[in-house]
Formats: sequence, structure tokens, C-alpha cells
Amino acid sequence: MAASIAVEESSAQARMARPSRFGDKAFEWLTLAMALTVVVLVVLIGWQLWRGSTLAIQKFGFHFLTTSTWDPVAEQFGALPFIYGTLVSSLIALLIAVPLGIATAAYLTELAPLWLRQPLVSLIEMLAAIPSVILGLWGIFVMIPWLRDYPFPFLKRFFGWVPLFSGPIYGPCMFAGGIIIAIMILPIITSVSREILRSVPDLQREAAYALGATRWEATRIAVLSYAKKGLFGAVILGLGRALGETMAVTMVIGNTPQIAASLFKPGYTLASVLANEFTEATTDIYLQALFEIGLVLFGTTILVNLLAQLLLRTIAVKSATRAVQ
Amino acid sequence: MRQFGGMTKLQSPKILGLIVALGLSASASAQMMINGAGATFPYPIYSKWFDEYAKVDPSVRFNYQSIGSGGGQKQILAQTVDFGASDGPMSDENLGKAPGKILHIPTAAGAVVISYNLDGNPALKLDGETIADIFLGKIKKWNDPKIAASNPGANLSDKEIVVVHRSDGSGTTFIFTDYLSKISPEWKEKVGNNTSVNWPTGIGGKGNEGVSGQVKQTPGSIGYVELIYAIQNKMPYADIKNAAGQFVKPTIESVTAALETANIPDDFRFSMTNDPGSNAYPIAGATWLLVYEQQKDPAKGKKLVEFLKWALTKGEGMAKDLHYAPLPDAVQQRVLKRIDEIKS
Repeated sequence: MAASIAVEESSAQARMARPSRFGDKAFEWLTLAMALTVVVLVVLIGWQLWRGSTLAIQKFGFHFLTTSTWDPVAEQFGALPFIYGTLVSSLIALLIAVPLGIATAAYLTELAPLWLRQPLVSLIEMLAAIPSVILGLWGIFVMIPWLRDYPFPFLKRFFGWVPLFSGPIYGPCMFAGGIIIAIMILPIITSVSREILRSVPDLQREAAYALGATRWEATRIAVLSYAKKGLFGAVILGLGRALGETMAVTMVIGNTPQIAASLFKPGYTLASVLANEFTEATTDIYLQALFEIGLVLFGTTILVNLLAQLLLRTIAVKSATRAVQ
Repeated sequence: MRQFGGMTKLQSPKILGLIVALGLSASASAQMMINGAGATFPYPIYSKWFDEYAKVDPSVRFNYQSIGSGGGQKQILAQTVDFGASDGPMSDENLGKAPGKILHIPTAAGAVVISYNLDGNPALKLDGETIADIFLGKIKKWNDPKIAASNPGANLSDKEIVVVHRSDGSGTTFIFTDYLSKISPEWKEKVGNNTSVNWPTGIGGKGNEGVSGQVKQTPGSIGYVELIYAIQNKMPYADIKNAAGQFVKPTIESVTAALETANIPDDFRFSMTNDPGSNAYPIAGATWLLVYEQQKDPAKGKKLVEFLKWALTKGEGMAKDLHYAPLPDAVQQRVLKRIDEIKS
């Protein structure tokens, strides 16, 4: 019965598809137009940022990227500490969120009992729904006092000889900023990784077990290794969010434009200085400098993404050649 | 599925009715809309005024976007709003860009208090020099002789001072750095006065809530916030030595006292920090509405003038309840006279 219906349906489809290809063409053009919208938007944003910052670009030139003074009174602007802060806080976030996210995804797809999977997934997705202002307030009132009293002194006591963990501990700092970003990008990395691991064919796992692999070996060789490229994509998605995170980071990073070796010192990010100073900037050159910060953030995001793509390609090529060998 | 269909059937006449009603009410009342934008500090009192004024004159509605003083100045210059609002007076440079003469209408004033987090929350007295040295990073410990000198008997430990300042551009920072620039030549030269400055030391918190949160959470910290935030968060705040040599507690009265002795020029672009009055609290600032002397739209201009007069008389009476210092009578009369000069 079911089979005959299926046959009828497919023959009906064949009849309908025959007369005209107009639908296909229209669909192709429509999707092309949609895809182009994104490109046009990106170009427009870049152009607008460029236009808004021409004065600053002319006045400060390349020094804007290499100097560290940010003085709205004297109208001297340099973006280096903000670029540094954005990159370092995102790096800290990735170092924390990537192992955590991928391990969670592996547990959810490979090891967790079935009844536990859905509740855990829902919980993780709820984390993504928390507004960043709330996370920031939680950061100030709960996370920072706790970090300041327990983990930070511990790190300082045992690793204080490393410049990264030296110096006085005030609370708001680069490290705290990185941790709050990690919390914010964890859901996206976990969700995307989980989808990718779920799409690994069961044949892979069965083949590994058939060769006598343990559960860990099967997960490592047959699943994680197989899904490497996709997982890397998940990481890049997370990185994109990390670079642009604004509100929560602003509330815990300490907002001091400096380049310090210690992660316990306050820092500043490109997105934070925009959120902080854009509304009250009254002079032209000040506003233009902030526009240029936006342009730098735009450029940094594109550059980091390109680098990540390149890295991905090298890894893919390497593993392909290894597979051949 | 059926249930869903049933619900939409039930709801659709209601929605239709709502749409019709909305359409009718929109067409029935051809209300005049007066748009404004700017400072966040006076937003609570302005929205109270707009609310109350709707009862006085139902034919006019106000729409105020608290986007910050910088935005307020920009928008009035671009003539995209009917009035602007700012926590600092406009610079000569910006006024020069205006297509017409812009009037500054002071509406209220507020205090910036120095709050701190010390064991036992002792009541502290501070003078301007000491505050400048703390925020310059020159005084590093709480038991520094300069702090101890004005606070005999206070139990000050050798705890390190953690400076907390605003990270966002803000009228509060403008008032505070204006005060420090007047008190300390070193501050004036090294840091200066603006809505954001290049801080020599400390941690930046976003907004009043960011600074008060940081101060509350960090032992040994010191920061500046608007008076209302210190009161709401039950934070201790210092008495400050004024120009007359008196230690004054920040209150609405001591801010109005500062306004009384402030040297206010005819264009109302004034600073009221470090005023000479013996009861004047020295770290305070006013907030202004910005309007064109020559209004483009006569009908709107007339309504705006009516509102400004109401605000400067009846409206001022509501200031205290919202922890703003109202203008003293003498200043109020001068401002009202200036409002009369608005032409429409």
C-alpha cells in the first residue's frame, strides 16, 4: 500500500517537473539575490566606516594602529591596546570554551544515557538565551568576587613566577573578560559541534569497534578525527562571536587601555571602547577616531577569519596526505 | 491543529477591532510631537515632566531619547530634534557649527560623590588635593598621611587604594574632572577635563551602576558616582572640603547652595564646581536643555516655550523628590527671562 503511494507520488513529481524550467531559474536568481545582499551589506558597512573615519585616518595614519595613547582631552588616539585586548580576551575565551564545548558535545552524542541528552541540550541552549547585560552584572557581583578570592590567588601562588599570573589582583581584569566571553560562546560551540558529531555516520563507529577499539579510541579516531573540519568551523563561529562581544565584557574587563603581561591587570577591547565612548563623543576627531576603531574591529574580524580558514585548509591537506600514506 | 484554527477564529475579530480602534485613535487626535534627545543624567526628571505636562496640555506629546550628551549636541546641530539636552555646556567650536543661535537652558543640578569601600565604613573627610593625588595614582595606601590629616581617629589600614572610574563617556566624569582641574594644576596639565579622559590609574566601570558595583565588590576601592546611586546602594560617601575651607556633605541643599554662589554668565554656560559659598558642595554640575533662539516651526516653537516656562516653574518643584537640586529663585528668574527671548 505504502509503496504504491510512493510510486504514484514520484510519477506525479516527474509529470510536474517536465513542462517548464522557469521555477528552477527563478529560484536560482532569487537565492543569488539573497546571497548578494549579504555581500552588499558587508561592503556598505566597510565603506561607511571608512567614510566616517577619513579625518582620523589622515591625521593619525598608521600610528593609529601602533600607538597606545587614548586621550580624548588632548585628542591623541591610538588603538593598539584595544586590538591587543580584543585578541587576548578572545584567545582566553577559545582556550576555555573549545575543549569544554567539544567535550560536552562528544559526551552528548557518544556517551550520555539517552534520557539525559535532551535535558542537557536544553540547558546549554538556555545559556545562549541569557542577555549579555545580565551575564555582565552576574560577572561583577558573583563571578569576580569568587575569582578574586579563590582561583586567582591559587594561580598566583603556584604560577606567580609566570608573568601571566603575576601582580596584584583587583578583580576586573583581562582574565575575567576572557572567562565571561568563554561562557557566552560555549553554547554556540557546543551546539554546532554536537550537530557535527551527530552527522558522523554510524558506520565509522561500528568499523572502529569491529577493529577492537575501546570507546575512547572509537570516539577519538572514528568520530572526532572524522569530524575535525566541521569542529574547526564551530570554533571559527565561536571566535567570530568572541571578537564582537561587547556588553558583558565591558562590565568585567576593567576598561583600561594598556598592554600588560599579567592577565590580572585590567584591559580593554575594541567593541568595549565603542560601547563606552560613542554616545558622549562631542568633537569631530574624537568621533572619527571611534569610527576608525569600528573599522579596525571590522578588519580584525575579517583578518582573523581568513587566517582561521587558511589554518583549516592546511590541516585538511595534511590529514588528507596522511590518509593517503 | 484544530485547536489552533479555533483560536485564530476566536481572536481574529478581536485583533481586527484593535486595529480599527488604533487607527481611529491615531486619526482622531492630531497631536503635536516634540522630539528631543540627549543627556541620560536628567532623563528621570524629564520623563516625569513630560508625563505631568501631558495633563496640563494634552495637545502636545514629548518624545525624548536619552542617547547621551554628545548625541544630544549632535542632533540639535543637525536639527533632527526640536530640543537637545546636555550635561556639559556646548563648546564654542560646536556652537560655531550651528545654523542659528543655540540657547542653553539650565534645568537642574546634581552632585557627584566620592564613595569608598573600607572595613567598618568609617565616615571620611577629603580635600580636593588628596582626591586629585589618589586619582593620579600618587597616594597609594589608605593610611597615607594626607588622608589621615583630615581624618584623625579614623581607623585607616595600610590597604592599597583601588581607584574605580567611569569607563563610558559621561557628564559625571565631566563634572568630576572639571573639579579636579580647578583644584590641581598637575591634574589639569596631565589629564584635563572631558566626558572621558586618559586615566592615569584604576579600573573602569561602565555606568553609575558599574562603578558602584565595582566599589561595593572591591575592598579598598574608591570611586565617584551620582549622589542618587550612592543613596540607593547604601554606599558611604565622603564630606568634601570646599573653597571656603568647610567640609560639606553632598545633599540637594548643598548643591543648590553651590548654584546660588556660582558665577553664571548671561549665556548660562557655567561650571559650578568648587564654588565659593560656605555651604556649597564643590563637586556638582548642572544639566541643560538646548534650543534654537529662532524656532523654525512657529506652532511647535510656541508649544515648546510654554513647556519650558512650565518646567522652570512647576517642574522645578518636582526635582527634590527625584534627588535633583532645583535652580535657586534668582537663577530661575533669569532663565525665564531668557526663554521669553525665544522667537517663533
